[in-house]
Amino acid sequence: MSRLNTANETLAKEIIARYPRPKSALIPLLHLAQEQDGYVADDAMLHLAELVGVEPAEVLGTCTFYEMFKREPVGKYILNICTNLSCQLTGGEELLHHAEKTLGIRPGDISDDGLFTIEDVECIAACTEAPCMQVNYRYEYRLSTDDFDQVISDIRAGKRKDLPEHGTLGLVRQHIPADRLAGIESPEEAGTPDWFASRQPAPDESGKA
Amino acid sequence: MVSTNEYVPHAAGYVDNKGPKIVTSRFPHEDSHTLVRALATGGYDGLKDAIRRTPADVAGEVKNAVLLGRGGAGFPAGIKWGFMPPVWPRYLVVNGDESEPGTYKDRLLMERDPHQLIEGCVIACYALGLNQCFLYVRGEMAVAQERIAQALNDAYAAGYVGKNILGTDVSIDVVLHWGAGAYIVGEETALIESLEGNRGMPRLKPPFFPAAKGLYMKPTIVNNVETLANLPWLMVNGADKFKTYGSEKSPGTRMLAISGHVNRPGVYEVEQGVVTFRDLFYGEQYCQGIKDGNELKAFVPGGGSAPWFFEDQLDVPIEASEVGPQGSMLGSGAIMVMDETTDIVKACLRLVRFYARESCGKCTPCREGTAWEEKVLQRILDGHGRPEDLDLLLEIGQSISPGVYPVAGFKGEDLDPVPFPPKQTTICPLGPSSVAPITSAVRRFRSEFEALIPETVVLENLS
Amino acid sequence: MSTTESTEAVTGVPFFLNGQALSANDGELLIDACERNGVHIPRFCYHERLTPVGMCRMCLVEVDTGRGAALQPSCMLPVTPEMKVNTETEATKRAQSGILELFLINHPLDCPVCDKGGECPLQDNAYAFGPGETRFVEEKRHYEKPIPISDLVNLDRERCILCDRCTRFSKEVAGDPLIHFIDRGNETQVNTFPDHPFSSYFSGNTVQICPVGALTATPYRFKARPWDLTATESTATVDSTGARIALQSSRDEMVRVLGVDSEAVNWGWLSDKERFSYEAANSDARLTEPLAKAGSSFDSIRWNNAIGQTAKALSIGSDRVGVLGGARLSVEAQYVWSKLLQGSGISNVDANIGDGIAADLVLGLPKTTIAEAVAPGSIIVLMAPDPKEELPTLFLRLRHAAVESGVTIVEITPTATSLTTHASLSIHPAPGSLGAVTEAMANQLFGTSVGGVDGSDLEAVAATIAKGSTDGSNVTVIVGRSNLAESADFVSDAVQSLLRLAPEAKFLPALRRGNLMGALEMGLTPEFGPGGNPSDEPGLDTEAILRAAVNGKIDTLLLLGADPIADFPDRNLVTSAFNEVNTVVAVDTFLTDSSARADLVLPAAGFGEVDGSFLNLEGRLSPLQAKVTAKGQARDDWMIAAEIAESLGMDLGFTTLDEVRSDLSASIPSFGAVDWDALGRSDDGPLLDQGRTWSVDFGSRTEVPAVDGYGLALAVDRKLWDQGTMIHNSATLAELPEQAQLSVSAIDFEKLGVRDGEVVTIESGSIRADVGVVADTGLPRGTARIHFRLPGLDIGELIDCEQSVTTIRVAR
Repeated sequence: MSRLNTANETLAKEIIARYPRPKSALIPLLHLAQEQDGYVADDAMLHLAELVGVEPAEVLGTCTFYEMFKREPVGKYILNICTNLSCQLTGGEELLHHAEKTLGIRPGDISDDGLFTIEDVECIAACTEAPCMQVNYRYEYRLSTDDFDQVISDIRAGKRKDLPEHGTLGLVRQHIPADRLAGIESPEEAGTPDWFASRQPAPDESGKA
Repeated sequence: MVSTNEYVPHAAGYVDNKGPKIVTSRFPHEDSHTLVRALATGGYDGLKDAIRRTPADVAGEVKNAVLLGRGGAGFPAGIKWGFMPPVWPRYLVVNGDESEPGTYKDRLLMERDPHQLIEGCVIACYALGLNQCFLYVRGEMAVAQERIAQALNDAYAAGYVGKNILGTDVSIDVVLHWGAGAYIVGEETALIESLEGNRGMPRLKPPFFPAAKGLYMKPTIVNNVETLANLPWLMVNGADKFKTYGSEKSPGTRMLAISGHVNRPGVYEVEQGVVTFRDLFYGEQYCQGIKDGNELKAFVPGGGSAPWFFEDQLDVPIEASEVGPQGSMLGSGAIMVMDETTDIVKACLRLVRFYARESCGKCTPCREGTAWEEKVLQRILDGHGRPEDLDLLLEIGQSISPGVYPVAGFKGEDLDPVPFPPKQTTICPLGPSSVAPITSAVRRFRSEFEALIPETVVLENLS
Repeated sequence: MSTTESTEAVTGVPFFLNGQALSANDGELLIDACERNGVHIPRFCYHERLTPVGMCRMCLVEVDTGRGAALQPSCMLPVTPEMKVNTETEATKRAQSGILELFLINHPLDCPVCDKGGECPLQDNAYAFGPGETRFVEEKRHYEKPIPISDLVNLDRERCILCDRCTRFSKEVAGDPLIHFIDRGNETQVNTFPDHPFSSYFSGNTVQICPVGALTATPYRFKARPWDLTATESTATVDSTGARIALQSSRDEMVRVLGVDSEAVNWGWLSDKERFSYEAANSDARLTEPLAKAGSSFDSIRWNNAIGQTAKALSIGSDRVGVLGGARLSVEAQYVWSKLLQGSGISNVDANIGDGIAADLVLGLPKTTIAEAVAPGSIIVLMAPDPKEELPTLFLRLRHAAVESGVTIVEITPTATSLTTHASLSIHPAPGSLGAVTEAMANQLFGTSVGGVDGSDLEAVAATIAKGSTDGSNVTVIVGRSNLAESADFVSDAVQSLLRLAPEAKFLPALRRGNLMGALEMGLTPEFGPGGNPSDEPGLDTEAILRAAVNGKIDTLLLLGADPIADFPDRNLVTSAFNEVNTVVAVDTFLTDSSARADLVLPAAGFGEVDGSFLNLEGRLSPLQAKVTAKGQARDDWMIAAEIAESLGMDLGFTTLDEVRSDLSASIPSFGAVDWDALGRSDDGPLLDQGRTWSVDFGSRTEVPAVDGYGLALAVDRKLWDQGTMIHNSATLAELPEQAQLSVSAIDFEKLGVRDGEVVTIESGSIRADVGVVADTGLPRGTARIHFRLPGLDIGELIDCEQSVTTIRVAR
C-alpha cells in the first residue's frame, strides 16, 4: 500500500535514534509499517530501506524471516491458536479444528467478513494455561470451544474494545525525553563511560588494578 | 475453597506456594507492575545499594552468589560477566524472547514486575561499566511490551534510568526492543543478529562468543530476564543470604512452569535442588497429582529441547547438576507432563514439527534434517510408514547430532551417561533439539510407532 | 618423509594432519592449511575471497585441541599450535556423508540438463564423499523453474543449496546487496526485492562461484557442456585493469569467460562487461572481408587490393596523414604499427582519442601497483572518473581496501562517485577549478573557498594527502579524465600541484581503453616513440589532427580500431574533420559510427582470435591468447601492418609473432627481460619498468574560466553500460544502457521548478537538445552532470573543446 505517513515517519526517526546503528531499528519499524497498514506493504519496505540506509532486498530478507510480519492483508483480528505440546495435550488441536469449522477458514485465510485470520502457532508462553489463544497477541487462557465462540461473538458485537486492530502491539511506546537520555552513540564513537572510569579501584602497590 | 496456596488471579497461572520469594514477591499485588507499587515494596533499593558500591564490588557479589543463568544453559552469570575483555563500547542485551516449548516465566516477570527487571538491568550495566542496554522482548508479547514501555517511561522520569541516575553521575540507557516471531532468536547470537536488524540466524561460536564479539562485534553480555530479576534482591540481601536458599551448586530459586497432564498446572517459584519431580507433580502445594489419577507416561524436564524423563527419574532433585547426569537438562524450567493417554507419536511429531518450522535455515543439517524428520513422522502417523523408517529417523538424527544419544533409564541397553548437550554437526543446538524427542520416543516407545506402520505385504509368485 | 632428520627450526604454527607433523601459516584457516598440504576438504560455502560463514557444514573434520576430538568446520577454524586434525576418521566421514545426503534430498536430479553438470562441486562431492543412494522418498521442494533475476542472470531455486556465496559476494565484495536470503528455514530462498532486479555490474561473478547450477548466465545457458569446452588463459581487454581470465570455447566459438584469481590484479572477479562482452566477437555484425566505399555502400574487395590502397593513402605525404587509435591492439601489433608509421615518417599518431589525459602523465609519473596502492594504512587520492563505471574490477579492489583494510580514500572529483560512501573526504571542485583547488592546497591557502570547495575542506584534504610526507604513508593518486567537458589541461595542473603537496606520491593512471598503456608505451602517441623516448619532432595529437583536417591539412585519416565520431568529446569538430579529409581508412572489427564513414575498411581479428600481450594500467604485461579462428578473412593487426610495410617497400622483417617479440625485446629496454614463453604461465604477469620516471613537462597553467552565473557547468562522464562497440554488439548487453538524463543538484533542481524526469531544453552556444532532468544529491550546486554515449542524447553535440569548460543553459 503505502510509505510511512508523516507522523509515522517522525516516529520512525525517533526509534532509529535510540540505536547505535540505524539498521537495528528495522524490526520495530516493520512493526510500525504493519501498524499503519495492517500488513507490511512493499512501498513501506522501500521507505524503510531509505530510512535506515540499506537496500530493499535487505529489508525484505529481515521481514520475511519473522512470522509476525504479513506481506498481504490479513483479518482485522489474528487468532493465534497454540498447538504445541502443552496445548496439544490439553485440547489445542481440537480448539484449532473448532475454530476452522466455526469460521469456515483454514490457517492463513481471512474470514468472509474480513474480521478473522487464524494461525496454527507455536508455543506462546502460556503453557500452564493451555489450551490458549492470542487475539492480536493478547491472551485468552484455558479456552474451551464455548469460550472460543464467546470471544468471537463478543468481537463481532464490538464488545472487545481492549483489542487493538491487527498491526498494533503494545499500546504504550517508550519515549525518552531528550534531557533524560544518557546518550546513544555509534559503536565507532562510544567509549568507556566516565562514571565507570572514575569508579575503578586505585591500583595497589603491585601496580595491578 | 480456601488454601494456603492458590492461583493469583491477575498473574495467570502463577501459584503462590508460600515458599521463599526472590523474584515473585510483588506478584500477589494486583498493581505489581506500577512504579507506585514497586516503590512501596522496596523497588530500586537494590540499585541504590549497588550504586553506593564500586562496579567491581557489585560484580563480585553476583559472582559470589553463584547465580546460574535462568535461560537454559545454566552458566553462572558472574563468571560470564568476567569473560568480557576490557574493551568499550560494550553492551548488555536482555533476552526476553521466551519461546521454548513449555516455558512460561519470563513473560510473567515482564508483565507483572517490569520495574524489578529494569532495576536488574541497571544494576548489571553498572557492574559491567556500560551505558547501553537493550531489552529484547518477544514480539508476540504485546502486554509485556507495553508494561515495560510504561515502566521505562516512569523510571526515566523518576531518575532510575537515563541521565544522572539517582542524582549521581551514573548515566545508563535501557532501550526496549521487540521481536517479530522467531524461536531461534532466543539463541544469544541470533538475538544479537536480530537486534542488528538482520535475520535471526545464529553465529558460529567460536569465534563469535558474544562476551568478546557480540552486538556490532563489540563485547556483549546476553542475560535472561529471570537472571536479571534476581539482582535487586541479591543487592539488598547479599550473596550469603541468597545461598541459604536452594542447594550448594544451585543457590536460590527457579521459576518452573509445569504444564500438561497434572491437576494443577502452574508457575511456581521453587528452591533449587530441594524438591524432586515427584514432589512437584504430586505435592499438595504444587501440582496435586496426575490428571484424572492417571499413570505418568513420560515428562519433559526442561523445555522441548530436553530429552525426556520417565517414572524412573521422578526422584531426581530439580537442579541442573542432578538432571544433567541423568541425560537431560533443566533448561528453561519448562516441565511438560504426559500421562498414559498420551499419543506418543503425535507428541513426538508435534515437537519435531516445532523445530522444523523454527529452523532458521542457515546450516544444512538443521534446515534439511528437521524438515525430513517431520515428513517421515507425519507419514508414519498417516499410516504410510515403512518398517525402515524408525531406523531412518534415528539415522537422520545421527547426521544432525552424532554419537550415542542418552535415553534416560532405557532398559535393556548399556548406555554411557553421555552428558547433554550432545555433539552436533550444526551451528547451534536447534537442530539437535529435534533429535531429543525422536530418540526419546522412538527408543522408549518403539512399539507405538510400529503399531502405525502397515505390515509389509509379501507378494508371492510375481513371475 | 625423509625430512625427519632436518634440524631446521619449524616456522609457523605446528599442527598434526592425519598424524603427520606439519606447519601452518600464522592465522591460516585449517581448510587452507590442509589444502596446502595436499589434503582436500570438501566445501560449498567456503570461498577463499569471501568471509567464511561455516554454514554448509560440508568441511567438518575431527579436531582435537586438547579437549577431545570434536567435529569442527575447518573453514572457520584458524590452526592453533599442536592442533590434531583427522580428516579420515569414521566420525568425519559419517558427518560428511550425512551432510551430503541432506544436501541432496531436495536437490533436483536434473544433472543431465543442468548447465553445471560435469563441473559441479555438488556432483563431484557427492561422488567422492556421498552416501551413494538416497533414503528420501518424500516430495522435493518445488519452486518456479529458473526465474530471470536480471537481464544477465537466472536463478533456479530448486537447485540452490543456500551456501550464501552469491549473497555474500554481492554484499561484501560488490557492495550491491540486491539479492538476499528471503523467508526462513526449509523455505529459505535467494531472491531480489520485487521489481528490483539484480542489476549489479558484477552479477556474473555469482554465477561463477555458485557451487551448483542455481545461477546461470543468460549468454551461456545451454550453449555447451563442460566436457566440450576447451580453455586458455588470457586477459580482459575492455578496460585497462587487465583482469585475468580463462577463455572457453566450444566448436570454435567463444562461449564463456571466467575470472582467474590473480593476486595482483582482479582476485578472480570480473565486471559483467569483462565477462560477457565476448558475445560481440560472435556477432554477425563482425567485419569479415575488406571493404571499399562504393557510393553510399561498400563493396567487398580482395586483401591485396585493400593493402595496396591503404599503402597509397599513407604515402600521400607524412604530414598529411593522421592516425588515431591503437588501444584495441596487442602490444606486439602496436609495436609493428609503430615501426611502420615511424618508417613512413608519420608522426601525427595518437592512441588517446581526446578523452584521456596527456601521454606524458601516463608515461612519466612515478608508477605504483594496485597492491601497493591498497596496502593497509595507505592513502588513495581519487582524481579520476567513477572507477565503478570505468574500471569496475579496480573498483572492487579499492572498495575492499576502504572497507576491509582501513585505506583512506580522498576524492577530488566533479561529482560523487561509487566510492564516496567509503571515502574519508570528498570534495567536488566546480568544472574548471581542479587546478586552482589543488594549487590552493599546495600553497596552504585555506582562507577562502575555491571552486565551490570550502577552505576548511581544502585544509582537511590537504592535510590527509600530505600525511605521506609526515608519517611516510603510502600515497597513490589515481589520475584520469573525470570530465569530458573540461579541458584535460586542468588534470596536468592538478597533478603538478599535488606533487608539491605530496612529493613522494605515486600514480595509477585511470585509463579507460584496454591496452592504451601498451599503445603509449609502443609510441602510438605524437610526443613519444617506442619505449617512451621523446620524439625529436612531435606530431599532432587527436584534437590537433582533427583541426588540421578541418583546415584541409590532412588528406588521410587512418583509424586503428578507433571510433572518434563516437568517442571524441566534441562532435562537431570530429564530423567536420571527417567531411574534409580525402580518405579514411579503418582497421576494425565492426562497422562503427566512424568506420562506417571510411573509404576503406580492413577487417581485423579481435579479442580471443589473436595471440599477443597486454599492458595494464600498472605496466603489468599479461597474455592475450587466441582461442578461436578469426572471423572470415579478418587478419591479425600486426600482419596487416607488416603487409602495408611490404607494399610500401619497407621490410620490417616480421613473419612470425616470435620475430616481433624478439625485436621488441631487443629495442625497448623495459621489455628486454620479458620471458615471452612464460607469459601465459606466470600468475600475475611481469611488471615492466616501475622505476622509470622523468620530469613531466607540465607547460603553463590553464586559466580558470569565468563562471557563468546563469548557466550550469557541465560534467560529462561515462557509464559502464553505454553504446560502446562491444556492448552494442553483444546480444545480451545491448539492452542495458539507460536513457541519458541530466542531473542537477537539489537546489538547482528546485530553481528550475520542474517535475522529476521532466524534459527540459539544454543549450550551449547555438546547439540545443532536449533531455529529462532529475535531482541528484551527489552533485554540487552549479554543476550539471550527464553521461556520455547513452541513448537519447548525444552530449558531444554540445561540447566545444575550444572552451576549457562547457556551460549549458537549461530551460523548460
